[in-house]
Amino acid sequence: MQSGMMAMTFVAFCLPFAGALAAPLLTRLLGSRAALPLSLFPLAIFVHFAQLLPEIGRGEIVTGGYMWVPHYNVSFSWLIDGLSLTFLLLISGIGALIVLYSGAYLKGHPHQGRFFSFILMFMGAMLGLVASDSFLMLFVFWELTSITSFLLIGFDHAREASRRAALQALVVTGGGGLMLLAGLLVIWDVTGVTQLSLLLSFGPEVRASPFYVAILVLVLGGAFTKSAQFPFHFWLPNAMEAPTPVSAYLHSATMVKAGVYLLMRLNPVLGGTTPWETILPAFGGLTLLVGAVLSIRQTDLKLMLAYTTVASLGLLVMLTGFGSEHAAAAAALYLVAHSLFKGALFMVAGLVDHETGTRDITRLGGLGRAMPLTFAAALLAALSMGGLPPFFGFLAKEEVYVALSGGSLRSMAFMLAAVIGNALMFAVAFAIALKPFLGPRVATPKAPHEGPALLWLGPMLLAVCGLAAGLISAEVHALVTSPLASAIAGQPQVVTVSAMPHVSLALLLSAVTIVLGVAFFLLLDRARLAADRLVEDIGWGPDRGFDQFMAGLVRFSHRLTRLLQPGRMEVYLTITFAVVAAALLLPLAWYGEWPRLPIWPADAQFHELAVMALAIAGVFGVLTATNRLNAILALGIQGFAVALLFLLFGAPDLSFTQFMVETLSVVILTLVMTRLHLQPRDARPLSQKLPDAALAIACGLGFSLYLLKVTQGRFDPVLTEFFNLYSKAIAHGANVVNVIIVDFRGTDTLGEIAVVMTTGLAILSLIRIRKSVAGSAATATGPKKATAGDTQR
Amino acid sequence: MNTVIFRTLAPFLTALMLLFSVFVLLRGHNEPGGGFIGGLIAAAAMAIYGVARGIQPVREALWFHPMAIAAFGLLLACVAGLVSMLAAVPFLTGLWIYPSLFGVEVPLSTVMLFDLGVYLVVVGAITSIALALEREDI
Repeated sequence: MQSGMMAMTFVAFCLPFAGALAAPLLTRLLGSRAALPLSLFPLAIFVHFAQLLPEIGRGEIVTGGYMWVPHYNVSFSWLIDGLSLTFLLLISGIGALIVLYSGAYLKGHPHQGRFFSFILMFMGAMLGLVASDSFLMLFVFWELTSITSFLLIGFDHAREASRRAALQALVVTGGGGLMLLAGLLVIWDVTGVTQLSLLLSFGPEVRASPFYVAILVLVLGGAFTKSAQFPFHFWLPNAMEAPTPVSAYLHSATMVKAGVYLLMRLNPVLGGTTPWETILPAFGGLTLLVGAVLSIRQTDLKLMLAYTTVASLGLLVMLTGFGSEHAAAAAALYLVAHSLFKGALFMVAGLVDHETGTRDITRLGGLGRAMPLTFAAALLAALSMGGLPPFFGFLAKEEVYVALSGGSLRSMAFMLAAVIGNALMFAVAFAIALKPFLGPRVATPKAPHEGPALLWLGPMLLAVCGLAAGLISAEVHALVTSPLASAIAGQPQVVTVSAMPHVSLALLLSAVTIVLGVAFFLLLDRARLAADRLVEDIGWGPDRGFDQFMAGLVRFSHRLTRLLQPGRMEVYLTITFAVVAAALLLPLAWYGEWPRLPIWPADAQFHELAVMALAIAGVFGVLTATNRLNAILALGIQGFAVALLFLLFGAPDLSFTQFMVETLSVVILTLVMTRLHLQPRDARPLSQKLPDAALAIACGLGFSLYLLKVTQGRFDPVLTEFFNLYSKAIAHGANVVNVIIVDFRGTDTLGEIAVVMTTGLAILSLIRIRKSVAGSAATATGPKKATAGDTQR
Repeated sequence: MNTVIFRTLAPFLTALMLLFSVFVLLRGHNEPGGGFIGGLIAAAAMAIYGVARGIQPVREALWFHPMAIAAFGLLLACVAGLVSMLAAVPFLTGLWIYPSLFGVEVPLSTVMLFDLGVYLVVVGAITSIALALEREDI
């Protein structure tokens, strides 16, 4: 790729984030009309990537990127093949429509700007996710989609249900993301590559690796949670708490497909093995049936659609892992078809909700005359979802049945699942497209009338695309589905299926599906009751399991915190000092590395001995002091004596600092004591004094022995020589200590002053908690000492 | 602590100590001293002033909240590092210039800026702790 194109692609990946920054301001200036300029961002991205269509259609792969951290071989690089490009176009194209749609849908909402910002941020994350070449970027964008999805689901944050759904989605998909990270790390370890484009040629190595199963489980953990596969499907219907544009965009067309994307991307690497071809179809097929049955049970338009989305994702996973000749093509076709019709139907559901005030299917009817355009869009989308010719959904379904008609027992089992699932989805599609619009008029909370153009434009356009793609299937196959299927299969594929029905087993199965679907549609009310009863009988579901898990986690954390943080200062201090003593003494005892007894310095000068005596006198003063103030002062004397020793033995900087620290310690300790309102005398009983004394002696002994041992070891002067040699030469300073602090190890110092600052802030806020004055002021001394230690370097 | 002598002398002592702290800070690169020590001396000066005159005069004399001073110091230290990056050398690499002021060559460096940041963080953090503790004095 020439550098100009590369720069443009990079800009395209940055554009959504730029839009997210601009969105709040634009919305403040223009109100809901900000949707128009903001939709230009995704539109520009769409146009840019559409230029790549011919190139990708020829089977080429576009890569590019920039080194980010060359030292660790981390790059911001992308890999665009048929798979990525299809996703890029879907994300940016549907994204543009969604931005327009939400302009009208959330008109007048006080936080519309924030909404635009979130949705554009999500778009950026999603675009990055499907185009990332390096593992790190893939993971970062993967988690970024989880986070932006959290923000969008919880957009209506005043409602508890929203908050719960947002948290649930974050925990499930974010947790899955961590599994994915682990999986990618294992792949890296096995193959030594960190880029998908390179990984694609490492398939045999990965599959033969003893870690294959571990990789598979970890990657599937990421993909199944993101793509809402059973038993992790529960978060997706709950995510319907989000405003409808979010449901249409994230939870049908794009984000939930990220897991499917990952499976498709890794199919050439991980696929073709028995575990892959067992686990994927099994979970996918189960998800298909569970989703379809649960969707029948719902009366809320959005929830019905949400469960069919779960079912469709199941179908996609099943096809991706099925491994037969046409499976890749079927997955490719269904992926595109689903994005178009499901996005349209979600927007229709939102439109109905917006104009009538309800989306309960039993309270809607006869809207067709009032909302003809909405009705038309819904019908077009439903025809595609139901799989009727010449819509694109029909092509997809034909190919699905071709892929599953292998004749073996395995094929037949999955074909049965596919027929039942498709028939149920057929029923739901037409329930949504017909029930609210036909029949007698039912009174709704708001008088229905056609929504503004921006609201019906999106669903209409997507639904028409579903029809057009079916009609001009040859061109669509050449540009989109064939490269897409080739990328999934890992080898060139040519998709040929057209909207012309031709007699075959697949057509027969389609007919069976339609007949079954019509039957389910007619018996929908009864089927709903039956499904309802089934779920009631089972009683427990993963959704409730999630609540139990979270409640258990909170209870466990609470208990653990109570155990570790009982709130008693004596306990904390005792534990801290006991650990210090153990850390000092145990290694010495364990390795038998006790220091030799020091030799009495025969040449000790009188003033040196005097200073030592002063230090001992200070300690003696602390022990015998009759009140606390005296004890603090005596401690100060001891500290000053030590500082004098530093001065005598050639560490003026250290001694200087020690003097100041001791002075300030005395002042601050005194202040703390006065605030604590303690009795002037120490009133501990002997039974407590003795263990405390033992602990104090153990700590003191530990430090002394440790220091003796250190000074008795051989001293390696390499650093001293280095600093003495270079301090003046390259850092222009004669004071080696200070040059080390501010220049050689400046980053350390930066960290330390940040700690000093943070500690200060922490102490300040503790002091300001009036109610627990005692606790706060006492803790204040702990960090104070720590900062003093820092400054003594 | 409430003797007239102490109360009268404290402002002069504080002024002298502050001056001395700046001196220690600036000479730190070649002689014993530096930002940490200078900051501690200045903090001690503030403590003396506070003990002698009460906290309100200290706050007024400081003008800014001591924590803001500390934050500014941290910012200064970061800026000192970033200047190096602008000059296309690794973060926190010392850069020196030698402008001539009134015929005297004055060495200036990002290292000095960094040390000034350290000084301000130490003064700000410790003074704000001391002042907060003194607030409800006895």
